[in-house]
Amino acid sequence: MAALTPRPEPSSSAAAVATETLTSATVAASIVESPASLPAEEDEEGHRDVRMFGLTTFLVADGMTFAGFFAAYLTFRAVNPLPLGAIYELELVLPTINTALLVASSFTFHRAASELKQDRPSAFRRWLLLTAALGVAFLAGQMVEYFSLPFGLTDNLYASTFYALTGFHGLHVSLGAMMILIVWWQARKPGHFTPEHHFGVEAAELYWHFVDVIWLILFGILYIL
Amino acid sequence: MTLAFPPQTSQPQSLPPGLQPQGWLRYLSFSLDHKVIGLQYMVTGFFFYLVGGALAGVIRVELLSPISDFVPRETYNEMLTLHGTVMIFLWIVPVVNGAFGNYLIPFYVGARDMAFPRLNAVAFWMIPPAGFLLIASYFIAGAAQSGWTAYPPLSLTTPAAGQVVWILSVLLLGGSSIFGGINFIATILKLRRPGLKMMQLPMYCWAMLGTSFLVVLATPVLAGTLVLLSFDIIAHTGFFNPALGGNAVVYQHLFWFYSHPAVYIMVLPAFGLVSEILPVHARKPLFGYTTMVYSILGIVFLGLIVWAHHMFTSGTPPWMRLFFTIATAFIAVPTGIKFFNWLATLWGGKIALNSAMLFSCAFIVHFVFGGITGVALAQVPFDIHVHDTYFVVGHFHYIVYGGTVFVVFGSIYHWFPKFTGRMLNEHLGRLHFALTFIGFNLCFAPQHWLGLNGMPRRVAEYDPQFTMLNQVSSVGALLMAISTLPFLINVAWSAFAGPVAGDNPWRALTPEWLTSSPPPVENWIGPAPLVTHPYGYGVAEDQIDLKSTTGQQLWSRGR
Repeated sequence: MAALTPRPEPSSSAAAVATETLTSATVAASIVESPASLPAEEDEEGHRDVRMFGLTTFLVADGMTFAGFFAAYLTFRAVNPLPLGAIYELELVLPTINTALLVASSFTFHRAASELKQDRPSAFRRWLLLTAALGVAFLAGQMVEYFSLPFGLTDNLYASTFYALTGFHGLHVSLGAMMILIVWWQARKPGHFTPEHHFGVEAAELYWHFVDVIWLILFGILYIL
Repeated sequence: MTLAFPPQTSQPQSLPPGLQPQGWLRYLSFSLDHKVIGLQYMVTGFFFYLVGGALAGVIRVELLSPISDFVPRETYNEMLTLHGTVMIFLWIVPVVNGAFGNYLIPFYVGARDMAFPRLNAVAFWMIPPAGFLLIASYFIAGAAQSGWTAYPPLSLTTPAAGQVVWILSVLLLGGSSIFGGINFIATILKLRRPGLKMMQLPMYCWAMLGTSFLVVLATPVLAGTLVLLSFDIIAHTGFFNPALGGNAVVYQHLFWFYSHPAVYIMVLPAFGLVSEILPVHARKPLFGYTTMVYSILGIVFLGLIVWAHHMFTSGTPPWMRLFFTIATAFIAVPTGIKFFNWLATLWGGKIALNSAMLFSCAFIVHFVFGGITGVALAQVPFDIHVHDTYFVVGHFHYIVYGGTVFVVFGSIYHWFPKFTGRMLNEHLGRLHFALTFIGFNLCFAPQHWLGLNGMPRRVAEYDPQFTMLNQVSSVGALLMAISTLPFLINVAWSAFAGPVAGDNPWRALTPEWLTSSPPPVENWIGPAPLVTHPYGYGVAEDQIDLKSTTGQQLWSRGR
C-alpha cells in the first residue's frame, strides 16, 4: 500500500520522484526535435503567430450566432403562418443592388491586399478606401430600405425577424467598415504594413469576406426563399 | 535523443519591473500569467459557490415544511433562479474550464502561456462584474424569477428588470466563455511544443479541446437567443411570445442547443481532470488512451445533436422524439467506455486512497448513477412521467455536483501542492470528503423517489406526504454546507503553514510537476520538457533497476 499522505523531503527535487513505483527509462526515450526544425512562423521570442487562427475560430462562433438566427427564422417560416391582415412585403431591387455592392467590396478588398503584397502602398490605400465606401453605401441602402418598408419592428413575427437579422448583419457591416477605415488610417504611415507583415489587413479582409458570405445567405433566405 | 534532468528550481526570472505586479497583488491585477488567471478563476468561482450554496440553503429551509412559510413565493423563485445561474455560469463553468484549464493547459502543451494572454485576462475580468450584476439585481429591482432556463412566456410575464439584468449577465458570462474557448483551441492546436504529438497529450487537453469546440459552436446560439428574448421584453417584439404570434418552442430549441452541450461543457473537463488524477494515485498508466480520445470526440459530436430530449413534453413530433431518444442513448456508449477505462485504470493499481482519490472514486460512482438515470430520462414514456419533477433535479445534481464538483474538490487536493508549494492536511481532507459524500447522497438520492412519486420541481409548497424525504434532503444540504468548513480551514491554514510539498509530491509524470512549486512566471527555467508518455507509470518495470533510477532518467528535454 502506498503512503496515504506523501511526506516529501523538502530538500530534494530529483530524488523525491525516483521512488519505488517509478518507471522505466523507456519513458525517457523520447524523440527530441532539434530547434532547427522550429516552424517558420515562430518569431524571435519563440511565440507563434496564431492570431489569424484565433480570428477564424471567433468567426466560427460568430457564424453560429447567425446560424441560430437562421434556424429560428426558417422554423418560423415552417410553422408560424403570417397572421391575416399582417403586412410583410419586401421589394427586390434595392437589396439586389446592395448585394452587388457588398460582393464588389469583397473583390476590391482582395485587390487592395494584393496591391499591398506587391508593395504599392498608395494603390493599396485607394482600393481600401473604395472598399469602405462600398460598405458605407451598403449601409445607406439598408437605411433607405428600412425607411421605405411598410412595416415596423413590432408589427408581426416576420417583421421582427427581418429587422433582427438584417440589423445584426448591419452591425457587422458597420464594425467591418470601421475596421477598414482604421486599417486605412494606420496605413498612412509608410512601413506600418509591409508586403510580408500585415495582420491588420488580413484580419479585416477575412472579417469582411465573412460578413459578405453571411449576407449572401441572408439575402437568399430572407428575400428569395 | 537527450536524456535530461528535471528543471532547476532556482528563483523565477522576474519580468522587467513595472510590467506586471508581483506578490499577492498580481491576483487582483490584469495579470497575463495563465497561472495567476487560473487561480483568479478558482477563487472567484469558489466565492460564487458559497453564494450559490447559501441560495440553495434558502431553498432547502423553505422545503423543510410543505407550506410556504420561510420566504415569500417571489423570493423563492428568485432564489432558485439565482441558485441555478450562479452555480452553472459562475462556479462550475469558470472553475472546471477557466481555472484548471488556464493553469494546466499551457503546461500540458509545453507552452509558456496561453495563445492569447490578453484575451485570457479579459475573459476572466468579465466574470466578476457579471456575477455582481446578477446578485445586485436581487437588491435593486428583484432578481429574475423564471429559473435558469428563462423559458418564455414565463420570462416575459415575470418582472422585466430582473430578467433583463439576468440576460445581460449571462451574455457577459457567455462572451467570457467563448473567449476562453477560442484561447484553449488555439493553445492546444497551435502552441504545442515542437515534437509533442496530439496523441501524446494528457487527457485533460483532449477534454478541454472537446469542451472548447462545444463552447465555440453552442454558446453563440444562446447569446443570439437571449438577445432576441431581451427584445421581446424591452421592445415588445413577439419572437417567442405566442400572444403576439411568436413561437415559444423555438426558444426551447435554441436554448437547449446550447444548454445540453453546456452539460458536457461542465462534465467533459471533469472527465479530463479525473483521468489525470487516477493514474497518478493508482500508479498505473491510463487505460485505453486512444479510446478515451475518441470517446471524448464522440461525446462532443453526439452532444450537439441530442438537445430536444429536454423537450419531450413540448409538443415535439414523433419523429423528433424517436431521433433524439436514439441519439441520447448513443451517448451512453462513449461515456460507458470512459467509465470502464477508469475502472481498468484502477484495477490492480497500487492505490493511494487519499483525499484526491476519494473524491475521484466518488465521482465515478455518482456519475454512473447519474448516467443511468440520464439514459432513463431519454426514454419518452418515462420522461413524460417524470418531466419537471424532482427526479430531474436529482439526476442533474448527480451529474453536476456528484460528478463535476466532486472532481473539482479532488483536483484541488491534487494540484494544491503545485498551486502553493504546500500540502493540504489529509485528515481535514478526509473529513471534508466524508461530510460531502454523505451530505450529497442524503440530499439528492431521496429526490429521485420524490420525483417518481410526483413532486414537481420549482415549487415552494408540496403535498404533505413528501415532508419526511424533503427533511432528509435538507439535512443532507446542511451537511454539505458544513463540509465546506473543514475545506476552507484546510486551504487557509495549509496555504501558509502546510508541510512544504516539493516539486513533485505525487511523483507524477505530467509536465506541470516537472517544475518548481509554485512554478516560475514562464513555467520553466530553460526549455520546456518534452513529455511523450504522460502516463508511463510502471511501464516495463522489470527492465530497470528501480533503486538506481533517478528522476533524471524520467524526462527528456530539448536542448
